[in-house]
Amino acid sequence: MRRLTLIAIPYLWLVALFLVPFLIVMKISLSEYALSIPPYSPYLDLSAGWAGVVEFLSQLDIENYIFLTTDDLYWKAYLSSLKIATLSTIITLLVGFPLAYGMARAATEWQPTLLMLVILPFWTSFLIRVYAWMGLLSQEGLINQLLLWLGVINTPLMILNTPTAVYIGIVYTYLPFMVLPIYSILEKLDESLLEAAEDLGCSRLVAFWLVTVPLAKNGIIAGCFLVFIPALGEFVIPSLLGGSKTLMIGKILWEEFFSNRDWPVASAVAIVLLVILIIPILLFQRNQQNQREADT
Amino acid sequence: MAQPSAGCQFSPWTDPDEKPLIQFQSVTKSFGSFVAIDDLSLDIFEREFFALLGPSGCGKTTMMRMLAGFEPPSAGTIRLAGEDIGPVPPNKRAVNMMFQSYALFPHLSVWENIAFGLRREGMAKDLLTDRVDEMLRLTRLEKFARRKPHQISGGQRQRVALARSLAKAPKLLLLDEPLGALDKKLRQDTQFELMDIQETTGTTFVIVTHDQEEAMTVASRVAVMDEGRLIQVDTPDRIYEAPNSVYVADFIGDVNIIQGRADLRGDRVHINWAEGQPPIIGTSTRNFNKNQSVHFAIRPEKISIWSDRPEASDDRANIVQGQIIDIAYLGNISTYHVKLPNGQMLKAQTANTRRIARRKFTWEDTVWLSWSATGGILLEG
Amino acid sequence: MRRMSWFNVTSLTLGFAFLYLPMVILVIYSFNASKLVTVWAGFSTKWYSKLFQNEAFLDAAWVTIKVGLMSSCLATVLGTMAAYVLVRGGRFRGRVLFSGMIYAPLVMPEVITGLSLLLLFIGIGLDRGVLTIILAHTTFSMCYVSVVVSARLVSFDRSLEEAALDLGCSSFEAFRLVTLPIIAPAVISGWLLAFTLSLDDLVIASFTAGPSATTLPIKIFSAVRLGVSPEINALSTLMIAVVTIGVISASVTSKRASLRQHREEQAAERGQE
Repeated sequence: MRRLTLIAIPYLWLVALFLVPFLIVMKISLSEYALSIPPYSPYLDLSAGWAGVVEFLSQLDIENYIFLTTDDLYWKAYLSSLKIATLSTIITLLVGFPLAYGMARAATEWQPTLLMLVILPFWTSFLIRVYAWMGLLSQEGLINQLLLWLGVINTPLMILNTPTAVYIGIVYTYLPFMVLPIYSILEKLDESLLEAAEDLGCSRLVAFWLVTVPLAKNGIIAGCFLVFIPALGEFVIPSLLGGSKTLMIGKILWEEFFSNRDWPVASAVAIVLLVILIIPILLFQRNQQNQREADT
Repeated sequence: MAQPSAGCQFSPWTDPDEKPLIQFQSVTKSFGSFVAIDDLSLDIFEREFFALLGPSGCGKTTMMRMLAGFEPPSAGTIRLAGEDIGPVPPNKRAVNMMFQSYALFPHLSVWENIAFGLRREGMAKDLLTDRVDEMLRLTRLEKFARRKPHQISGGQRQRVALARSLAKAPKLLLLDEPLGALDKKLRQDTQFELMDIQETTGTTFVIVTHDQEEAMTVASRVAVMDEGRLIQVDTPDRIYEAPNSVYVADFIGDVNIIQGRADLRGDRVHINWAEGQPPIIGTSTRNFNKNQSVHFAIRPEKISIWSDRPEASDDRANIVQGQIIDIAYLGNISTYHVKLPNGQMLKAQTANTRRIARRKFTWEDTVWLSWSATGGILLEG
Repeated sequence: MRRMSWFNVTSLTLGFAFLYLPMVILVIYSFNASKLVTVWAGFSTKWYSKLFQNEAFLDAAWVTIKVGLMSSCLATVLGTMAAYVLVRGGRFRGRVLFSGMIYAPLVMPEVITGLSLLLLFIGIGLDRGVLTIILAHTTFSMCYVSVVVSARLVSFDRSLEEAALDLGCSSFEAFRLVTLPIIAPAVISGWLLAFTLSLDDLVIASFTAGPSATTLPIKIFSAVRLGVSPEINALSTLMIAVVTIGVISASVTSKRASLRQHREEQAAERGQE
C-alpha cells in the first residue's frame, strides 16, 4: 500500500502538471481565436452536460493548422530553426569535443579543477551569459573594436541582430551541456586500449579515430541531443541576439502568444514543434536508458 | 569441528525428544522459471553451528535470505520455534544477519552501529549502553567505539558487523560468507573466535560458505548442497569419512575415485576395476548387486607409498604398482600423483617426516601403493 | 596519458577563454564610470548604488528568491520520490509513461512547457501569481532532481537497507535513518540545481507569472531588450560573484573531505591489525 502511495504522488503530479497541459494545448490548437477572456472559443461548459461536450467537440477544427501551412512565415521559421539548431549542434560538438578531450587527458590533479571551471558557467545565469554577448557583438562592441584596432576591417561588422550572433550565442550557452557528457565518458576510457592500438600499428591519429571516438559515441550522442532539442525551440537567444532578421520558431510562438494574443495559433505552432521533436526526444530517452544500463 | 568444551557429545539431532529451532518443510523457491530451492526439508537445532556448504548457485544464499525474511518461499513452510515465519517481515523476526559486505552504516560510529538495532527496540538508555559496551568487550573493540567504519581496518569492521548482529541476542544468527574478505591467517584466528563466541552466547549460528575447510572447522553439522537440493547433512567427520555420494566425496577434501564392478564376498566387497589386476578389497554397509557399477573412494592420506613391494597384511589388503608422475610439495605434506598400469591416476599423501633431500621418492620412480580394506568407501555408480 | 600535447593545451586554453572572457568583460565594465561600452571613463561603483536603490529590481529579487526556495524544496521532495520509484519501483503499469515524463522536461523547449502550463492554469481557473510560478518551477525542477538522485541511488549498496530492516527498521525508517543520510550529498546537489534553475528561469516564469508577480529574470529581460544597461552589468557581476564563491567553496570543501577520508582509510589499514 505504501509503495503505491510512493509511486502515486510524483506520478499524479506529473500527469496533472505535465501531461494534461499538453492535452489542453492540443485542444486549444483546435479552437478559434476570440475576443474574450480567455481569448479562444469554444469554451468547455460542463454545466451544459453531455450536450455541452458534444457541441464543444463539434466546434473544434484544424483551421489553425491549415493556417500554418498557408502563411509562409511558419514553415520558413520551422526550417530556419532546424537549420540553426543542427548547425549550432555541429559547431558546439566541434568546439566541445577538443575541450572535453583536453580535460580528460590532463593530469589527474587538475581534473577536478577543470571540471569545476566548466560547471561554473553552467550555474551562472543563462540570461546574463547571453546578455554578455550583446555588448561584445554590437557595432560599438569590443569585438568590432578589436578587429578595427587590428586593422582586419575598416568599418564595424554587423554581427548583432544576425543569425551569426545566434550561432555564437547557442554555442556559448550550450557548451557545458556538450562537454560534460563527453568528458564523463572519455574520463573513464581505458588508456591501455589506445596503447594496444598503437602497439598493433596505428598512428596516434588513427588510433584516436578508430578507438577513442567510437567509445565516446554515447557521450557525443547525449551531448548532441542536449543541445539540439532545446536549441530548436530556443527563445531568449534569437530574441536578444538575433534581431528581426532571424527566424526561429520559439520566437514566433512567443510573439503569437504575447503580441498577437492568438492563443490557438500559438498552440498549433507548439504542437507542430512537439511533433517534430518527438522522435529526437524518444531517441534521447533510449540513449539515456542504454547509458544507465551500461553503467550498472 | 565445533564441540562444546564439556565432555559430552553435542548431538541434539539424534535425540527424538528434541524440538528443532528451525524447520524447512518442503520448501521450494523459484525465480521465474529458475528453481533455486527444490522441495527442501531440513531441521536445525538450538545451539548448533550449522554450515550450508556448496558451490555458487547451489541455493545456500537463497536459503539464508529466506530465513532472514528477504525472500518469501514459493511453496512450503519455514518454522522458527514452531511458528510459521513466512508472513513475518524481516524487521519483526528474532533473526539477525551478518552480511558478506558487512553493511556497516558509514555515517554512524562503531558504537552507534552496534546500538542501532537496540534503539529500534526502544531499549532504555542505561540498559542499551550496558549492552553495547558488553558487545564491544566481546569483540575487543572498546578502543574503537567512537570511530567511523572507514577509520578502522577490514578485520575490525568484520568484528563490528558481528557485534551489531549479536547485540539484540537473536535466537538465530545468519552469517553470509563472513570470512571471505579476510586473509588466511586472520581467517583462521577468526574462525576460532566465532566458535568461542557462539558457545559463550549460546546462539544458534547458520553459516553460508563455499569454503569447505571453513565449514569443517567451525560447524557442528554441515549440509552439502547442489542445485537447490541437500545432498548430505551430517557432522564434519561423517561427511569426510562417509560421504554418501561421489559429489560429496569430491567436494570435501581430496579424494581418489576408482570405478569398477562389485562382487560380494562374505563381509568384503571385491571391485573389479581393471583387466589383469587383482580386485580392490573393500567393505561396505550397503548392499550391492553382483556386477553393479560402483565408485570406490579413498582419501590420499589413507594410501601408503613404498619404494619396494610391501608384504601383504591386514593393513595392506590392497597393493598396486605405479609410477610417480608428479609430486606436490606443501611443506608439511607431499602429495604424490601416481599413474597405475591401466592409466588411472591415484594421489597418495604422506607427511614429510624426512627432509626433502633424504626422501626416497622422486619423479618417474616406480613405487608401490597400499591401503587397508576399510580405508575407502563404496559409493553408487 | 599525462603527456600534455600542444594540441590539448591549446584546446583547453582556447575553450576556457571562450567560456570566461565574456563574463570577465561584463564584470570589468560594471565598474566603468561611463554608460557607453566604447569608452572607459574610469573606475566607479555608481551603478551598484543605483542598482540597490532600484525598488522594482529589489522587489523582483525578493519574489525570485521566495519562488526559488519554495519550488526547490518541493521539487527535491518530489524528485527524490520519483528517483526512488524509477530505481526501486520495479515493474508497474504505466512505468514507461512515468519514465518518459521524467526525462522529457529535461530537453523540452521552455516555450512549450510554459505555454502548456499557462493554458492549464487558465483552464482550471487558477489566478496567475506567485503560486503558479512555484507550481511550474517545481514541475520541471523535480525532473532534474530525480535524474541526479537516481544516479546516486543506482550505485547505492542495497545490503545497507537490508541490514537496517534486519535490525528492526520499518521500510520508511530504513530510508530515513540509513539511505537518506548516505545519499544526502546527491539530494543536496539536486536541491541546489533546482534552486538555480528556478532563479534563472525566464520563459516559463513569463508565461505563468501574473501581473502582481515579477521575477528578476523577467525584469532583466525587459531591461536588456532595449540594449545594454550598466545597471544590469552590475547585477550580473553580483550574480556571477555569488555563484563563483558558491562553486569554489563547494569544490574545495568536497575535495578536502574526500582527501581526509582517504587518509583515514589508509591509516586504519596500516596502523592496526
